[in-house]
Amino acid sequence: MIDPVVMFFLLGIVAGVLRSELRLPVQVYELLSILLLLAIGMKGGIELARQPFLTLVPQMLAVIAMGFVLPLLAYPVLLYMGRLPRSDAASIAAHYGSVSVGTFAVVVAYLSARDISYEAYMPVFVVLLEIPAILVGIVLAKGLVSGDSLRRSAHEVLLGKSIVLLVGGLLIGWLAGEEALQGIAPLFFSPFQGLLALFLLEMGLVTASQLGTLRRYGLFLLCFGVVAPVVAALCGLTLAWLLGLSVGGAVVLATLAASASYIAVPAAMRISVPEANPALSLAASLGVTFPFNVVFGIPLYHWATRHAYTIFGGG
Amino acid sequence: MHQHQRRLLTIVTESAIEAHLLRDIQRWGAHGYTITEARGKGARGVREGNWEANRNIRIEVVCEDSTAERIVVGLREHYYDNYAMILYLSDVEVLRPEKF
Repeated sequence: MIDPVVMFFLLGIVAGVLRSELRLPVQVYELLSILLLLAIGMKGGIELARQPFLTLVPQMLAVIAMGFVLPLLAYPVLLYMGRLPRSDAASIAAHYGSVSVGTFAVVVAYLSARDISYEAYMPVFVVLLEIPAILVGIVLAKGLVSGDSLRRSAHEVLLGKSIVLLVGGLLIGWLAGEEALQGIAPLFFSPFQGLLALFLLEMGLVTASQLGTLRRYGLFLLCFGVVAPVVAALCGLTLAWLLGLSVGGAVVLATLAASASYIAVPAAMRISVPEANPALSLAASLGVTFPFNVVFGIPLYHWATRHAYTIFGGG
Repeated sequence: MHQHQRRLLTIVTESAIEAHLLRDIQRWGAHGYTITEARGKGARGVREGNWEANRNIRIEVVCEDSTAERIVVGLREHYYDNYAMILYLSDVEVLRPEKF
Protein backbone atom coordinates (compact mmCIF):
# COMPACT_ATOMS: atom_id res chain seq x y z
CA MET A 1 0.00 0.00 0.00
CA ILE A 2 1.40 3.40 -0.97
CA ASP A 3 1.60 5.99 1.81
CA PRO A 4 -0.99 8.76 1.52
CA VAL A 5 1.74 11.43 1.31
CA VAL A 6 3.17 9.63 -1.71
CA MET A 7 -0.29 9.61 -3.30
CA PHE A 8 -0.27 13.40 -3.06
CA PHE A 9 3.06 13.40 -4.86
CA LEU A 10 1.63 11.19 -7.61
CA LEU A 11 -1.40 13.47 -7.86
CA GLY A 12 0.97 16.39 -8.41
CA ILE A 13 2.83 14.53 -11.16
CA VAL A 14 -0.37 13.49 -12.93
CA ALA A 15 -1.81 17.00 -12.69
CA GLY A 16 1.45 18.42 -14.01
CA VAL A 17 1.71 15.97 -16.89
CA LEU A 18 -1.89 16.69 -17.88
CA ARG A 19 -1.07 20.41 -17.77
CA SER A 20 -3.59 21.20 -15.09
CA GLU A 21 -3.92 24.79 -13.93
CA LEU A 22 -3.15 23.62 -10.41
CA ARG A 23 -0.24 25.28 -8.68
CA LEU A 24 0.48 26.21 -5.11
CA PRO A 25 1.09 29.90 -4.50
CA VAL A 26 4.83 30.52 -4.14
CA GLN A 27 4.39 31.83 -0.61
CA VAL A 28 2.53 28.71 0.43
CA TYR A 29 5.33 26.52 -0.87
CA GLU A 30 7.87 28.71 0.94
CA LEU A 31 5.94 28.47 4.20
CA LEU A 32 5.57 24.70 3.88
CA SER A 33 9.27 24.19 3.35
CA ILE A 34 10.10 26.50 6.27
CA LEU A 35 7.74 24.60 8.58
CA LEU A 36 9.09 21.21 7.48
CA LEU A 37 12.73 22.24 7.86
CA LEU A 38 12.15 23.71 11.32
CA ALA A 39 10.10 20.72 12.46
CA ILE A 40 12.77 18.29 11.26
CA GLY A 41 15.50 20.36 12.91
CA MET A 42 13.68 20.64 16.23
CA LYS A 43 12.86 16.93 16.37
CA GLY A 44 16.53 16.16 15.86
CA GLY A 45 17.52 18.73 18.46
CA ILE A 46 15.21 17.28 21.09
CA GLU A 47 16.82 13.89 20.60
CA LEU A 48 20.31 15.35 20.53
CA ALA A 49 19.74 16.77 24.01
CA ARG A 50 19.18 13.21 25.25
CA GLN A 51 22.47 11.92 23.84
CA PRO A 52 25.90 12.60 25.22
CA PHE A 53 27.16 14.61 22.28
CA LEU A 54 30.67 13.14 22.23
CA THR A 55 29.41 9.61 21.62
CA LEU A 56 27.99 10.82 18.30
CA VAL A 57 31.22 12.35 17.05
CA PRO A 58 32.61 9.14 15.43
CA GLN A 59 29.29 8.60 13.61
CA MET A 60 29.26 12.18 12.48
CA LEU A 61 32.80 11.95 11.11
CA ALA A 62 31.93 8.76 9.24
CA VAL A 63 28.88 10.41 7.71
CA ILE A 64 30.92 13.43 6.63
CA ALA A 65 33.41 11.05 5.01
CA MET A 66 30.55 9.46 3.11
CA GLY A 67 29.57 12.94 1.93
CA PHE A 68 33.00 13.30 0.35
CA VAL A 69 33.15 9.81 -1.13
CA LEU A 70 29.73 9.64 -2.84
CA PRO A 71 30.34 12.47 -5.33
CA LEU A 72 33.79 11.05 -6.09
CA LEU A 73 32.13 7.76 -7.04
CA ALA A 74 29.55 9.44 -9.24
CA TYR A 75 31.96 11.76 -11.06
CA PRO A 76 33.92 9.26 -13.20
CA VAL A 77 30.70 7.51 -14.21
CA LEU A 78 29.23 10.81 -15.40
CA LEU A 79 32.43 11.86 -17.10
CA TYR A 80 33.38 8.65 -18.90
CA MET A 81 30.16 6.66 -19.27
CA GLY A 82 27.93 9.70 -19.65
CA ARG A 83 30.51 11.57 -21.74
CA LEU A 84 29.41 14.76 -20.06
CA PRO A 85 31.57 17.87 -20.00
CA ARG A 86 33.68 18.18 -16.87
CA SER A 87 31.63 20.98 -15.32
CA ASP A 88 28.34 19.12 -15.82
CA ALA A 89 29.75 15.87 -14.44
CA ALA A 90 31.07 17.72 -11.38
CA SER A 91 27.83 19.55 -10.82
CA ILE A 92 25.68 16.42 -11.08
CA ALA A 93 28.10 14.56 -8.81
CA ALA A 94 27.67 17.31 -6.22
CA HIS A 95 23.88 17.01 -6.47
CA TYR A 96 24.07 13.27 -5.85
CA GLY A 97 26.57 13.49 -3.02
CA SER A 98 24.39 15.95 -1.18
CA VAL A 99 20.93 15.22 0.25
CA SER A 100 17.31 16.15 -0.24
CA VAL A 101 15.43 17.18 2.87
CA GLY A 102 12.16 16.41 1.11
CA THR A 103 13.21 12.79 0.67
CA PHE A 104 14.30 12.69 4.30
CA ALA A 105 10.86 13.90 5.36
CA VAL A 106 9.25 11.14 3.30
CA VAL A 107 11.37 8.37 4.84
CA VAL A 108 10.59 9.72 8.31
CA ALA A 109 6.88 9.62 7.49
CA TYR A 110 7.32 6.12 6.02
CA LEU A 111 8.93 4.81 9.18
CA SER A 112 6.49 6.43 11.57
CA ALA A 113 3.54 5.06 9.57
CA ARG A 114 4.99 1.60 10.22
CA ASP A 115 5.96 2.22 13.83
CA ILE A 116 9.61 1.63 13.08
CA SER A 117 11.89 3.53 15.39
CA TYR A 118 15.11 5.15 14.24
CA GLU A 119 17.87 7.20 15.79
CA ALA A 120 16.01 10.48 16.10
CA TYR A 121 19.16 12.61 15.87
CA MET A 122 19.33 11.81 12.13
CA PRO A 123 18.59 15.43 11.14
CA VAL A 124 22.17 16.15 12.24
CA PHE A 125 23.31 13.86 9.44
CA VAL A 126 21.16 15.77 6.97
CA VAL A 127 23.05 18.93 7.82
CA LEU A 128 26.42 17.18 7.71
CA LEU A 129 25.73 15.59 4.34
CA GLU A 130 24.59 18.74 2.65
CA ILE A 131 27.96 20.45 2.53
CA PRO A 132 30.93 18.15 1.62
CA ALA A 133 29.59 17.22 -1.81
CA ILE A 134 29.35 20.87 -2.80
CA LEU A 135 33.03 21.39 -2.01
CA VAL A 136 33.94 18.24 -3.93
CA GLY A 137 31.84 19.39 -6.87
CA ILE A 138 33.57 22.75 -7.04
CA VAL A 139 37.03 21.21 -6.82
CA LEU A 140 36.17 18.62 -9.48
CA ALA A 141 34.92 21.33 -11.82
CA LYS A 142 37.55 23.96 -11.20
CA GLY A 143 40.54 22.16 -9.73
CA LEU A 144 41.96 23.49 -6.51
CA VAL A 145 40.49 26.94 -6.72
CA SER A 146 41.35 30.01 -4.74
CA GLY A 147 40.14 30.16 -1.17
CA ASP A 148 38.06 33.16 -2.11
CA SER A 149 35.78 31.25 -4.43
CA LEU A 150 35.34 28.43 -1.93
CA ARG A 151 34.62 30.94 0.80
CA ARG A 152 31.90 32.53 -1.30
CA SER A 153 30.27 29.16 -1.96
CA ALA A 154 30.58 28.19 1.68
CA HIS A 155 28.80 31.41 2.62
CA GLU A 156 26.15 30.68 0.03
CA VAL A 157 25.50 27.20 1.40
CA LEU A 158 25.94 27.78 5.10
CA LEU A 159 23.63 30.76 5.09
CA GLY A 160 21.18 29.26 2.62
CA LYS A 161 17.64 28.73 3.77
CA SER A 162 17.86 25.01 4.42
CA ILE A 163 20.99 25.01 6.59
CA VAL A 164 19.92 28.04 8.62
CA LEU A 165 16.51 26.55 9.35
CA LEU A 166 17.76 23.01 10.02
CA VAL A 167 20.59 24.13 12.27
CA GLY A 168 18.40 26.76 13.89
CA GLY A 169 15.72 24.13 14.55
CA LEU A 170 18.33 21.72 15.92
CA LEU A 171 19.62 24.35 18.34
CA ILE A 172 16.15 25.39 19.44
CA GLY A 173 15.15 21.76 20.00
CA TRP A 174 18.40 21.04 21.79
CA LEU A 175 18.22 24.06 24.08
CA ALA A 176 14.48 24.08 24.73
CA GLY A 177 13.83 20.36 25.09
CA GLU A 178 10.64 18.48 24.36
CA GLU A 179 8.46 19.85 27.15
CA ALA A 180 9.12 23.49 26.45
CA LEU A 181 8.27 22.89 22.79
CA GLN A 182 4.83 21.48 23.57
CA GLY A 183 3.38 24.95 23.07
CA ILE A 184 4.41 25.11 19.43
CA ALA A 185 3.93 21.41 18.68
CA PRO A 186 0.43 21.99 17.23
CA LEU A 187 2.00 24.07 14.46
CA PHE A 188 5.11 22.02 13.75
CA PHE A 189 4.79 18.41 14.90
CA SER A 190 1.14 17.34 14.85
CA PRO A 191 0.42 18.46 11.28
CA PHE A 192 3.77 17.20 9.94
CA GLN A 193 2.26 14.61 7.62
CA GLY A 194 -0.36 17.01 6.31
CA LEU A 195 2.24 19.68 5.59
CA LEU A 196 4.39 17.06 3.91
CA ALA A 197 1.44 15.94 1.77
CA LEU A 198 0.90 19.49 0.48
CA PHE A 199 4.63 19.97 -0.03
CA LEU A 200 4.78 16.75 -2.06
CA LEU A 201 1.80 17.82 -4.14
CA GLU A 202 3.79 20.86 -5.24
CA MET A 203 6.93 18.76 -5.71
CA GLY A 204 4.92 16.49 -8.00
CA LEU A 205 4.00 19.47 -10.14
CA VAL A 206 7.63 20.60 -10.24
CA THR A 207 8.81 17.08 -11.07
CA ALA A 208 6.37 16.92 -13.97
CA SER A 209 7.83 20.15 -15.31
CA GLN A 210 11.25 18.46 -15.46
CA LEU A 211 10.08 15.58 -17.62
CA GLY A 212 10.36 17.60 -20.83
CA THR A 213 14.06 18.29 -20.22
CA LEU A 214 14.59 14.67 -19.42
CA ARG A 215 13.20 13.62 -22.80
CA ARG A 216 15.69 15.93 -24.44
CA TYR A 217 18.73 14.60 -22.58
CA GLY A 218 17.90 10.99 -22.95
CA LEU A 219 18.58 7.60 -21.64
CA PHE A 220 21.84 8.04 -19.78
CA LEU A 221 20.44 10.53 -17.26
CA LEU A 222 17.41 8.35 -16.73
CA CYS A 223 19.56 5.28 -15.98
CA PHE A 224 21.97 7.29 -13.85
CA GLY A 225 19.06 8.78 -11.90
CA VAL A 226 17.89 5.29 -10.96
CA VAL A 227 21.15 3.37 -10.58
CA ALA A 228 23.12 6.03 -8.67
CA PRO A 229 20.69 6.20 -5.74
CA VAL A 230 20.57 2.42 -5.43
CA VAL A 231 24.36 2.14 -5.32
CA ALA A 232 24.59 5.08 -2.90
CA ALA A 233 21.89 3.50 -0.71
CA LEU A 234 24.03 0.37 -0.47
CA CYS A 235 26.93 2.52 0.73
CA GLY A 236 24.66 4.18 3.27
CA LEU A 237 23.28 0.86 4.42
CA THR A 238 26.77 -0.60 4.81
CA LEU A 239 27.91 2.41 6.79
CA ALA A 240 24.82 2.23 9.01
CA TRP A 241 25.53 -1.44 9.70
CA LEU A 242 29.16 -0.68 10.53
CA LEU A 243 28.06 2.10 12.87
CA GLY A 244 25.60 -0.25 14.55
CA LEU A 245 22.48 1.77 13.74
CA SER A 246 19.02 0.26 14.15
CA VAL A 247 17.07 -1.02 11.13
CA GLY A 248 15.12 2.25 11.05
CA GLY A 249 18.31 4.27 11.29
CA ALA A 250 19.86 2.25 8.48
CA VAL A 251 16.85 2.89 6.23
CA VAL A 252 17.18 6.60 6.94
CA LEU A 253 20.92 6.69 6.26
CA ALA A 254 20.51 4.61 3.09
CA THR A 255 17.80 7.00 1.92
CA LEU A 256 19.94 10.03 2.73
CA ALA A 257 22.82 8.56 0.74
CA ALA A 258 20.45 7.79 -2.13
CA SER A 259 18.81 11.18 -2.23
CA ALA A 260 20.03 13.98 -4.47
CA SER A 261 19.83 17.65 -3.67
CA TYR A 262 17.56 19.89 -5.68
CA ILE A 263 17.62 23.10 -3.64
CA ALA A 264 20.90 23.84 -1.87
CA VAL A 265 23.27 22.37 -4.44
CA PRO A 266 21.67 23.89 -7.56
CA ALA A 267 21.91 27.32 -5.95
CA ALA A 268 25.55 26.79 -4.99
CA MET A 269 26.51 25.36 -8.39
CA ARG A 270 24.84 28.22 -10.19
CA ILE A 271 27.21 30.61 -8.45
CA SER A 272 30.36 28.52 -8.25
CA VAL A 273 30.21 26.45 -11.44
CA PRO A 274 28.09 28.67 -13.68
CA GLU A 275 29.10 26.90 -16.89
CA ALA A 276 27.38 23.71 -15.76
CA ASN A 277 23.95 23.35 -17.28
CA PRO A 278 21.41 23.43 -14.42
CA ALA A 279 18.75 21.78 -16.56
CA LEU A 280 20.78 18.54 -16.70
CA SER A 281 21.35 18.13 -12.98
CA LEU A 282 17.81 19.11 -12.09
CA ALA A 283 16.28 16.78 -14.65
CA ALA A 284 18.23 13.94 -13.07
CA SER A 285 17.86 14.79 -9.39
CA LEU A 286 14.33 16.11 -9.49
CA GLY A 287 12.91 14.44 -12.58
CA VAL A 288 14.20 10.93 -11.88
CA THR A 289 15.86 10.37 -8.52
CA PHE A 290 13.42 12.20 -6.27
CA PRO A 291 10.32 10.40 -7.59
CA PHE A 292 12.22 7.11 -7.74
CA ASN A 293 13.25 7.38 -4.10
CA VAL A 294 9.86 8.53 -2.89
CA VAL A 295 7.83 5.89 -4.69
CA PHE A 296 10.13 2.87 -5.06
CA GLY A 297 13.44 3.58 -3.37
CA ILE A 298 12.42 3.91 0.25
CA PRO A 299 10.43 0.64 0.36
CA LEU A 300 13.32 -1.02 -1.50
CA TYR A 301 15.92 0.26 0.97
CA HIS A 302 13.71 -0.89 3.84
CA TRP A 303 13.45 -4.34 2.30
CA ALA A 304 17.20 -4.52 1.68
CA THR A 305 17.99 -3.36 5.21
CA ARG A 306 15.70 -5.95 6.78
CA HIS A 307 17.34 -8.72 4.79
CA ALA A 308 20.87 -7.46 5.34
CA TYR A 309 20.31 -7.18 9.08
CA THR A 310 18.79 -10.67 9.20
CA ILE A 311 21.73 -12.16 7.33
CA PHE A 312 24.59 -10.23 8.89
CA GLY A 313 23.02 -9.58 12.26
CA GLY A 314 22.47 -6.25 13.91
CA GLY A 315 19.68 -3.81 14.55
CA MET B 1 9.29 71.90 -14.45
CA HIS B 2 12.64 70.82 -15.83
CA GLN B 3 13.11 67.23 -16.85
CA HIS B 4 16.40 65.40 -17.18
CA GLN B 5 17.38 62.59 -19.50
CA ARG B 6 18.54 59.33 -17.93
CA ARG B 7 18.79 55.73 -19.07
CA LEU B 8 16.57 52.96 -17.76
CA LEU B 9 18.39 49.65 -17.76
CA THR B 10 16.20 46.59 -17.35
CA ILE B 11 17.70 43.18 -16.64
CA VAL B 12 15.68 39.98 -16.49
CA THR B 13 17.65 37.09 -15.03
CA GLU B 14 17.81 34.18 -12.60
CA SER B 15 17.12 35.05 -8.98
CA ALA B 16 19.88 32.62 -7.99
CA ILE B 17 22.48 35.25 -8.81
CA GLU B 18 20.65 38.20 -7.27
CA ALA B 19 23.09 38.94 -4.46
CA HIS B 20 26.17 38.76 -6.66
CA LEU B 21 24.60 40.75 -9.45
CA LEU B 22 23.47 43.56 -7.17
CA ARG B 23 26.93 43.84 -5.68
CA ASP B 24 28.46 44.11 -9.16
CA ILE B 25 25.90 46.58 -10.44
CA GLN B 26 26.56 48.91 -7.55
CA ARG B 27 30.29 48.49 -8.01
CA TRP B 28 29.82 49.61 -11.61
CA GLY B 29 28.15 52.79 -10.46
CA ALA B 30 24.41 52.28 -9.98
CA HIS B 31 23.02 54.32 -7.10
CA GLY B 32 19.94 52.21 -6.64
CA TYR B 33 17.74 49.53 -8.18
CA THR B 34 14.23 48.13 -8.14
CA ILE B 35 13.58 44.39 -8.18
CA THR B 36 10.38 42.59 -9.06
CA GLU B 37 9.66 38.89 -9.30
CA ALA B 38 9.20 37.85 -12.90
CA ARG B 39 8.00 34.91 -14.94
CA GLY B 40 8.36 34.21 -18.60
CA LYS B 41 9.83 32.30 -21.47
CA GLY B 42 13.07 32.71 -23.33
CA ALA B 43 15.99 30.91 -24.91
CA ARG B 44 16.39 28.79 -21.80
CA GLY B 45 12.79 27.68 -21.67
CA VAL B 46 9.83 28.61 -19.50
CA ARG B 47 10.73 29.97 -16.11
CA GLU B 48 7.61 29.64 -14.03
CA GLY B 49 9.02 30.91 -10.78
CA ASN B 50 7.22 28.20 -8.86
CA TRP B 51 10.25 27.03 -6.88
CA GLU B 52 13.79 27.95 -5.99
CA ALA B 53 15.79 27.01 -9.05
CA ASN B 54 13.19 28.33 -11.41
CA ARG B 55 12.78 31.90 -10.27
CA ASN B 56 13.41 35.03 -12.27
CA ILE B 57 13.80 38.62 -11.26
CA ARG B 58 13.59 41.89 -13.14
CA ILE B 59 16.06 44.51 -12.03
CA GLU B 60 15.55 48.10 -13.07
CA VAL B 61 18.25 50.70 -12.75
CA VAL B 62 17.90 54.36 -13.69
CA CYS B 63 21.29 55.92 -14.24
CA GLU B 64 23.49 58.12 -16.38
CA ASP B 65 24.42 56.99 -19.84
CA SER B 66 28.04 56.31 -18.89
CA THR B 67 27.02 54.14 -15.93
CA ALA B 68 24.59 52.19 -18.10
CA GLU B 69 27.38 51.60 -20.57
CA ARG B 70 29.68 50.32 -17.83
CA ILE B 71 27.03 47.95 -16.48
CA VAL B 72 26.23 46.62 -19.95
CA VAL B 73 29.89 45.86 -20.62
CA GLY B 74 30.30 44.24 -17.20
CA LEU B 75 27.26 42.05 -17.64
CA ARG B 76 28.38 41.02 -21.09
CA GLU B 77 31.79 40.00 -19.78
CA HIS B 78 30.78 38.27 -16.58
CA TYR B 79 27.25 36.98 -16.94
CA TYR B 80 26.06 36.58 -20.51
CA ASP B 81 27.71 33.25 -21.26
CA ASN B 82 26.44 31.25 -18.36
CA TYR B 83 23.23 32.75 -17.10
CA ALA B 84 19.74 33.20 -18.41
CA MET B 85 19.77 36.96 -18.88
CA ILE B 86 18.26 39.58 -21.09
CA LEU B 87 18.89 43.23 -20.96
CA TYR B 88 17.42 46.31 -22.58
CA LEU B 89 17.88 50.04 -22.40
CA SER B 90 15.46 52.89 -22.80
CA ASP B 91 15.45 56.63 -22.35
CA VAL B 92 13.52 58.05 -19.43
CA GLU B 93 13.00 61.48 -18.00
CA VAL B 94 13.44 62.09 -14.31
CA LEU B 95 12.58 65.08 -12.17
CA ARG B 96 15.27 64.75 -9.51
CA PRO B 97 18.53 64.03 -11.37
CA GLU B 98 20.64 64.02 -8.21
CA LYS B 99 19.05 60.71 -7.23
CA PHE B 100 20.39 58.84 -10.25
